Amino acid sequence: MGLTEADWQAVWLTLRLATLTTLILLVLATPLAWWLAHTRSRLRHAIAAIVALPLVLPPTVLGFYLLLLMGPNGPVGELTQWLGIGTLAFTFTGLVIASVLYSLPFAVQPLQNAFESIGQRPFEVAATLRAGPWDRFLSIALPLARPGLLTACVLTFAHTIGEFGVILMIGGNIPGETKVLSIAIYDHVETLEYGRANLLAAGMLVFSFLVLLGVHLSNRRVRLYRL
Amino acid sequence: MNELLAQIRTRLGAFELDVELSAPAQGVTALFGRSGSGKTSLLRCIAGLQRAPGSRVQCGDEIWQQDALFVPPHRRAIGYVFQEPSLFAHLTVRGNLEYGWKRVRPDERRVRFEEVVAWLGLEALLDRRPNQLSGGQRQRVAIGRALLTSPRLLLMDEPLASLDLESKGEILPYLERLFAELKMPVLYVSHAPAEVMRLAQRLILLEEGKVRAAGELNDLLTDPNLPLAHLDEAGAVIEARVEEHDEEYHLTYLQTSGGRLTLSKSNLPVGAVSRVRVLARDVSLTLTQPEQTSISNILPARIVGIAEDRDPAQLLVQLDLAGSRLLSRITRRSAASLGIGVGMEVFAQVKSVALMA
Amino acid sequence: MNSSLRILLRSLLGALLVLALPLRAEELRLAVASNFTAAFQQLAPRFEQATGHRLKPSFGSTGKLYAQIRQGAPFEILLAADDQHGKLLIESGLGVPGSEFIYAVGRLVLWSAQPELVGGSHEILASERFRRLAIANPQTAPYGAAAIETLETLGLHETLNSKLVRGENIAQALQFTYSGNAELGFIAWAQLKALPGKQQGSFWLVPEDLHEPIRQEAILLRQGEDSQAAQAFLDFLQSPQTRALLKEWGYDTPEAEPR
Repeated sequence: MGLTEADWQAVWLTLRLATLTTLILLVLATPLAWWLAHTRSRLRHAIAAIVALPLVLPPTVLGFYLLLLMGPNGPVGELTQWLGIGTLAFTFTGLVIASVLYSLPFAVQPLQNAFESIGQRPFEVAATLRAGPWDRFLSIALPLARPGLLTACVLTFAHTIGEFGVILMIGGNIPGETKVLSIAIYDHVETLEYGRANLLAAGMLVFSFLVLLGVHLSNRRVRLYRL
Repeated sequence: MNELLAQIRTRLGAFELDVELSAPAQGVTALFGRSGSGKTSLLRCIAGLQRAPGSRVQCGDEIWQQDALFVPPHRRAIGYVFQEPSLFAHLTVRGNLEYGWKRVRPDERRVRFEEVVAWLGLEALLDRRPNQLSGGQRQRVAIGRALLTSPRLLLMDEPLASLDLESKGEILPYLERLFAELKMPVLYVSHAPAEVMRLAQRLILLEEGKVRAAGELNDLLTDPNLPLAHLDEAGAVIEARVEEHDEEYHLTYLQTSGGRLTLSKSNLPVGAVSRVRVLARDVSLTLTQPEQTSISNILPARIVGIAEDRDPAQLLVQLDLAGSRLLSRITRRSAASLGIGVGMEVFAQVKSVALMA
Repeated sequence: MNSSLRILLRSLLGALLVLALPLRAEELRLAVASNFTAAFQQLAPRFEQATGHRLKPSFGSTGKLYAQIRQGAPFEILLAADDQHGKLLIESGLGVPGSEFIYAVGRLVLWSAQPELVGGSHEILASERFRRLAIANPQTAPYGAAAIETLETLGLHETLNSKLVRGENIAQALQFTYSGNAELGFIAWAQLKALPGKQQGSFWLVPEDLHEPIRQEAILLRQGEDSQAAQAFLDFLQSPQTRALLKEWGYDTPEAEPR
């Protein structure tokens, strides 16, 4: 017994979702983490707490509010309808947005820690060596924060692959569009297809393990040149 | 010309930093003072790493700060050496050295990469990573890195403070040689008298954010009204040139502006110039030229200043020897019985002389 | 009579009343199909007050509840939304043979939260005036299966397949439709009737000939075989008063069948 086409569809969908979410979050989380690491604004505690919310909120809470927000009567829904793209619930795009929000702290916090641990000195040194602000960010901050970047990527990717509650709330279980692996496994279990469920679940387990192992090993090499 | 002019005014914790200083276009000016006297803050303000509104900084014809104008550090032609080497962990030694080098336009570069590497003896280290270097090596790389930006001004914040004694000894000769080659002002912060005495030409004495005294190194060292003359190790530092070696008696003769000095044979070649240190406690006075004495170094001198020492039994006497200054520490009783007074012609007996090489 | 004596008497009376209740006030665990949620929540207090037993329901799609029971979930009674799972449970030895009966017949309704969208017919389904149609997951929810059947009978299943959105159970299907994220939804008539007043929207009650009847079967499970409370509840469910209420709430009731 192998995987059906529907199952492969779910695998592919899940990988797409995780990859897209990770890329988007890298772009969004980096400036946010940078700001949080360096600002002295009084807002930073509030913002940090908001960023951390998905860590403690049940996914159903997030899913619920997203459903309302994205619905035709919610602010996001009204915007998307005005833009002519209808509502976002039950779409892949909606899932991406939900995943980005849901995995936000997993991207921001490792990055923020990495940036904070660099300290001020390397940037002062770089400034005395004729490096302007952007230059300093690209040539000092990013390379020195690489372990944090890697961690952020991996955590986001893994977290998104495992997402269930939020997707259950707003996904609508549409094959090829929103029926991700976790939902597929759930469906198989609910209909007593334990064999198929097992196949998918075991596959996810092995995949996740390999990814984490790979990252760990490469991180070890990266850590070698830390003073 | 790259003369440095700075007026820095800023709040510094418990007191105000209020300093007006200048440094000539070449040579080492040491900023000396106790910890917390504002030396590092002063340096950082001159570099632009710290904001001091209302201050003024000018180097040569470039105004870096004045009124509302503030040139950020990355646009100032400064080299800065921090107290800890702070090398970039993710780059090799070469990468570190090239960092600033790459960011200066080729037509503005005034040093050559190989030159700096040679000055600081870094050839063998180029492909290593910072975590494979000793403290002294790292600091040399840091200095080279700063120099490779072709700065107009070199700022050094206690560069040897984080090194152990051995590393310090290893790096001092490099610095001496370096400073002799450089054509820019060097502002060297330190609270270690030994470093200052070895490296600086000029000295600015900082006390609680204000300049207590500024001038030629030896003038300040031997001024009995300044705290430097009251240190246990108080003394004078004068330039000397190796005149000849006496093989038979294993001695070296040095020529100074104040006269000839004798000391145990040194390895320096004839003609070499070095600094010589004479401790105040090694200088005693006679009114008449002594005869039949075992002391070899007896030089005519004129008394130009007298002050009380911290030790109530002692007095500090500043002597002028045809342009060189020496400091002598004698008992008050002896001073009284000899009738010591300013302007008197006496003879300085120097018991011991140390070559600073 | 002085006041302290009155207090004493009242306490004694209270104690007697408590003792007059059945010897063991039991807790009853029931697996209840999601469509029956509102009705159950109305029936439960009536039963509890009358008998003193406490009811602990779990709601979900029939398929899911069945799977849980197969895995040993500690329910005494299953109120399914179809009449298939009862047989399966009896076959596997988990259901008590002879205990099963039809407690309600459900009706399917096509509903929209928008007041004008559904015009009392299925014409809207063939139009382009909606993007999504919510149904309960047909694999686990009988109402969902009925919805698919309806579409097939109308010849619309192929064309509408891409617009289908599957809720985990019929409660989620309702929720999708209620929030407007799906413009249309196939939900239970009983659910619609239970919606608070103003939110009626527009609907089309699906004629019974478009799908197999939704015969909702109750069955006693092995776990509850010896339970007095379970038997009491099953009796209560079939009582004329209950039947009358179910009719009001959107369920047809079968003619009393011989047991």
